[in-house]
Amino acid sequence: MTTYLENTADLPPGDPESEAPDTTRGLSQGRLVLKRFLGHRAAIVSLVALVLIILLAISSIGIGPISGWWKYSYTDIPTIANGGRPTLQLFPFSLGEHPFGQDRVGRDSFAMTMRGTQISLTITVLVGFTAAFIGIVIGALSGYFRGWLESVLMRFTDMIIIIPILISASVIAYKAGNIGGFWFLGLFLGLVSWTGMARLVRGDFLTLREREFVDAARLAGASDARIIFKHILPNAIGVITVNTTLLMSSAILLETALSYLGLGVQPPDTSLGRLISDNQAAFTTRPWLFWWPGLFIVAICLCINFVGDGLRDAFDPRQKKFSVRQMNRASRAEARAIRKAQASASQAPEADDAGSGGGA
Amino acid sequence: MTSYLLRRLLASVLILLGASFIVYMLIAFSGDPLQELRVSNRPNREQLMQARIDLLNLDVPPVLRYFVWLGGAAKCVVPFAQCDLGSSIQGQPVTAALQSAIPSTLQLVTGAAVLAITIGIAVGIVTALRQYSALDYSVTFIAFLFFSLPVFWVAVLLKEFGAIGFNDFLADPRLSTQTIVIGALASGVIWTVILSGSWLRRAITFVSATVVSAGIMYYLSASDWFAYPGIGPVVLVVLGSGIAIGVTAIVAGLQNRPALYASLSMVVLGVLVMTVGAPLLNSMNIWLLILYGAIAVGCGLLAGHLFGGYDPGQSRKAAALTAFIVAILVALDRFMQAWPEYFNNTRVRGRPISTIGATTPNLVGDFWVHGIDKYGHLVLPTFALLLISLASYTRYSRSSMLEVMEQDYVRTARAKGLSERVVVVRHAFRNALIPLATIVAFDIGGLIGGAVITENVFSIKGMGTLFITGIKNVDPNPVMGVFVVVGITAVTFNLLADLAYSALDPRVRVH
Repeated sequence: MTTYLENTADLPPGDPESEAPDTTRGLSQGRLVLKRFLGHRAAIVSLVALVLIILLAISSIGIGPISGWWKYSYTDIPTIANGGRPTLQLFPFSLGEHPFGQDRVGRDSFAMTMRGTQISLTITVLVGFTAAFIGIVIGALSGYFRGWLESVLMRFTDMIIIIPILISASVIAYKAGNIGGFWFLGLFLGLVSWTGMARLVRGDFLTLREREFVDAARLAGASDARIIFKHILPNAIGVITVNTTLLMSSAILLETALSYLGLGVQPPDTSLGRLISDNQAAFTTRPWLFWWPGLFIVAICLCINFVGDGLRDAFDPRQKKFSVRQMNRASRAEARAIRKAQASASQAPEADDAGSGGGA
Repeated sequence: MTSYLLRRLLASVLILLGASFIVYMLIAFSGDPLQELRVSNRPNREQLMQARIDLLNLDVPPVLRYFVWLGGAAKCVVPFAQCDLGSSIQGQPVTAALQSAIPSTLQLVTGAAVLAITIGIAVGIVTALRQYSALDYSVTFIAFLFFSLPVFWVAVLLKEFGAIGFNDFLADPRLSTQTIVIGALASGVIWTVILSGSWLRRAITFVSATVVSAGIMYYLSASDWFAYPGIGPVVLVVLGSGIAIGVTAIVAGLQNRPALYASLSMVVLGVLVMTVGAPLLNSMNIWLLILYGAIAVGCGLLAGHLFGGYDPGQSRKAAALTAFIVAILVALDRFMQAWPEYFNNTRVRGRPISTIGATTPNLVGDFWVHGIDKYGHLVLPTFALLLISLASYTRYSRSSMLEVMEQDYVRTARAKGLSERVVVVRHAFRNALIPLATIVAFDIGGLIGGAVITENVFSIKGMGTLFITGIKNVDPNPVMGVFVVVGITAVTFNLLADLAYSALDPRVRVH
């Protein structure tokens, strides 16, 4: 309050419109969201870290036929040096011959972890987009059209919801992992993880379809498709984006858990979960084989969660940053300043201007 | 209300039927149950295949086979009929397999769920009350970290450090100076973050917490407490008084003296039971233990009633809660006294924290020794599950509490001059719990999913093991058996959540 008053008082008495600061100019919804997201420090740090992990995973061992900068591939079997111990040094930084060590037969753990990261991330993204797509379609149809379509779709959602995701996923994953590799696995896992998204999108559509701007669009003769795509969906984009990131963070845990149980990615391909399950028996002799894949899972999942949190804060303007403690502190400081000003005012009447200016 | 209940029940049954059909079809088409026999070169291969076909009705198409299965399953609901959920590939009836699997999973999941809900809600409320403090930020970060932990990874780590490391430590239970220093500094930091305030206060908190924890750790190590643990009457008096004051401060407020005295009297009672009444606890079983807890609560209610005061209800509540916690401490002390006996048992051989199974086979001992045994086997899997589910409860209760604290009625309560305790406990806390009811119900299914992995890591023969072997052998009946149990639980809890919601929040009407 105080600062606001002071600011207006500080403005020169000239033409207010020409002097209007940038902040009063209208910003589009997208710009506002972007601004709020960029102000979320944890989310930005996580986003950068996530991009770095993706770049590392892709560039190190390459993708498809393109080879990366790392000398070994995940299928090479170099001779075991130094008992397969990791050679990574942080200070002074050097990767050495095998930064994450070697496994029992001598395969390079760094290359395998990178391959696992690539596959786990691909599956995560696939699950996220498939599930988001199905969830949006089902949620939008039932929320917009209501009636019998809604009853059918929502009862179907209820049915899928009570099947614990690990049960449906492992049945599907075991089949998919055996027939079509990790692409199928990602798609099929998406087929069972859309329920939460469908419910949220339906909820959003139910409220949005009653709003005035939808009525206005309908009166202007807009078709259902136009109302859905041009008027309602853009307003539901916040819920969708946030929920997609959360879907992805749970997808990576689901995929790694399934691979750990031996139901997900099948050899010769590998994933972070599979690496952990392959190496847990050797924990006492080769702990490094166990640590790195796990740390990569945690890092990726943590980053996605923080980005999701940042997006939620950015899209939801109701969640304002307001702290009772900070306000108490501010009001205490203000009271102190007033006391000080009064004290100095009574001591030195000639310094009246400066004192009351700071305290008012 | 009745018609609503009936309609909901009918809908639940239909949903269950549909879901079970989907699951059955998924398993039926996921592979060939005869695969292992087809590739084997045993002489009686044909007979074995025929036997399996007869056993699992494989000559019937899957859709019809589902209805055969459903016919058997329906008998479980009809009274006096033989319950039949089919049999596994090996010919074992699924009902028998479930009977042995359900209790061990239930133990695991119940313990983890109760702990996660209690701790999660408490932490969430406290962080909401101190939003954007150092405590809030640390808890938020830790919650996100727990959220991102793969349960199997945590479980393997726990096995390695929690069990093997701790057992090695127990072989020579002395804390090194280094451990004491690091532990004391860590405790100092934690207490400083919890009890934040002015810089002077923080410094005082840090120094005193560090010194006190270092002293406690040194004393425990020097007095061989880890080999011969116990609480003892003196510590019980100190701990119990702290608990009595804390509970009274939250439930009734410290200015309510009768409530405080009633709670303190329960501490005296606890000390009496521990010292004079110790023989009472020697022959114990699980029902007696439950009775003992109930008696403690009853004593608390009685004491609260006798001390009365201007609000006897509050006194009763405070005293009963204190009595219950003190009773747990007394029982814990008795368990600790049985520790050396268990530790030196020939079946245990000084490795009390187990990584495999649910009990030590052929263990001889009284109730307390068996209790420790069960605890030693459950502690790590429960902890793994707890870590995973704790995070979401913390986040949910925090946001729920934050939302409630911004409501008008909370402002009204403050404006009419109620103390902060009454505003938080009476007006805000209760209403913040309402949305949590639905989330808890929803999470039960997920918790069972987490139990599948945890059981796998710790080789507990529960529903998870049954389920995983079923999937890998393309064995539909055990998987269906597990699904029926999990599905019914999920549907029941969803129904309960809706009913609880309408009971707790008068604005929500069921119709």
